[in-house]
Amino acid sequence: MAASKEKEIVITGFGGQGIILTGNILGKAAVINDNKHAIMIQSYGPEARGGACSSQVIISDEEILSPSVEEPQVLICMNQEGYDKNVESLVPKGLLVWDTDLVETSELDPSWTTYHIPSTRFAEEMGNKMMANIVMLGFLSSISELVSVESLKKAVLSSVPPRTKDNNSKAFDRGREYGEAILKSRSKQDKNRGQA
Amino acid sequence: MSGQAVLTGIHFINGDEACCEGALAAGCRFFAGYPITPATEIAEGMSRRLPEVGGIYIQMEDELAAMAAVLGGSWGGAKAMTSTSGPGFSLMMENIGLGACTETPCVVCNVQRAGPSTGLPTLVGQADMMQARWGSHGDYEIIAISPSSPQEMFDFTIKAFNLAEQYRVPVMIMADEVVGHMTERVLIPPAKGIKIVNRKKPSISPKKYMPYKPDSDYVTPMANFGDGYHMHVTGLTHDERGYPVMDSATQEQMISRLVKKIRNNAEKIIDYDAYHIENADVVVVAYGISARSAKRAVMDARENGIKAGFIKLNTVWPFPEKLFNELAGNVKAMIMAEINMGQMVLELERCAAGQCLVRLVSHAGGAIIKPRSILEAIQATLKESS
Repeated sequence: MAASKEKEIVITGFGGQGIILTGNILGKAAVINDNKHAIMIQSYGPEARGGACSSQVIISDEEILSPSVEEPQVLICMNQEGYDKNVESLVPKGLLVWDTDLVETSELDPSWTTYHIPSTRFAEEMGNKMMANIVMLGFLSSISELVSVESLKKAVLSSVPPRTKDNNSKAFDRGREYGEAILKSRSKQDKNRGQA
Repeated sequence: MSGQAVLTGIHFINGDEACCEGALAAGCRFFAGYPITPATEIAEGMSRRLPEVGGIYIQMEDELAAMAAVLGGSWGGAKAMTSTSGPGFSLMMENIGLGACTETPCVVCNVQRAGPSTGLPTLVGQADMMQARWGSHGDYEIIAISPSSPQEMFDFTIKAFNLAEQYRVPVMIMADEVVGHMTERVLIPPAKGIKIVNRKKPSISPKKYMPYKPDSDYVTPMANFGDGYHMHVTGLTHDERGYPVMDSATQEQMISRLVKKIRNNAEKIIDYDAYHIENADVVVVAYGISARSAKRAVMDARENGIKAGFIKLNTVWPFPEKLFNELAGNVKAMIMAEINMGQMVLELERCAAGQCLVRLVSHAGGAIIKPRSILEAIQATLKESS
């Protein structure tokens, strides 16, 4: 029964991947840089590094009342368990994003828009797999319109330790560029299909 | 001392963090506590922030000691607070009574989880509401307020300190796990724009000072230890000098003033938000996190053509008796939404005094009340009342 203008986002993975930080940065970008309303709630159980973990974000142009996410329109999966546990909750026409190497998908609802990115592999190539979440945020900035690219990047840079800013900035751009390339090739395919 | 006490600007922080910032903005410079989920982030935040602004944080051995230290800190002249959750709140009750009896301004933030006992440490509850009012033995009054967002965790913590200082009473912030842990926009205004109340100080010479001789508002000016005034602070029944007197007349004088200073100032203390209560058939009442679901449900009900209204209790104690007694005469029904087996609904029933139906929508804890459940309760209650 969420208000119709609310965007509900679920980010799942395991403890240590920076799942909560990812939700926090997304909400921060919406609130501080885009002047929207946002709520971030983390699943909070006896969970630690390695355990299942999720953060739930609601972004809206209007005041958000009920903070519970029941019908997410966006699902971001950074591990298999998170995918298995949450995929059925994604609404028709929802956006599903996953880490290519960490999630094996089952049969997908054809109404969904789906993307995947080897965010953890990219982060490892850049020297630190802890940055996989930032690669994912960069990717999200190009393939979705949840928040603007600039405000999301600004929120990333104001949320990470100062000495890691450069690397995180590169990680963000890696994800963003990968997303832009996918969008380009998809629109080319669509065009070709249109001509055929 | 390097940090700023008031972090003016827009933040994306959780309710517990917002509580810390509210406390600092209100002038809190002393915190004694013992960490407990889901209030740990308040203790953490205060341990980090207080030394930055010249304040003192003490990690105590338990909650009994924490509450005792808070009273001592306040008598030393500091604005003092602690934070806890259900199990710690129970342990604090004895010294909260001492705080009420000695009229010690202080703030206790209870980020409620589901109980009783250890209960659900990481999950929400609102079942300490009667304990806040009645948890210590004997007759006394306290003030309790209930925030429903991180912004209100900031605003209401300032309000809690102001009320504590104004009425010389322990003030409870009855938050809950979801409000404490949810991260949301918090606007911190410039320091100049924040209203701060400080305790009344004696204006007469130490020789003439009577520590428990009240002004016309029933509140007595408070000298700090070390100010040069002769002080005697005791949990025994005491006269205007603060000396123990063991008789019924002194008991009557002291207790009636402790009670009157809140009851007779209730209209000034009570704060609530009303939404579409004029011409409403049914009014939903809620506080804390449940207020958000309730407002959503009432908006949905109105879209379905139901004449529903909503009252969000910002002050929960003292309870707004007059408001509900009058409202009950104008509506068909009132519904309390709360995460317990029925606590504040008893107050609502008492104030309605049989003039309208009073119903409860609730569950035992561990999750918030869904707007849908409240909407269904509105529909069922209307049917029942017609």
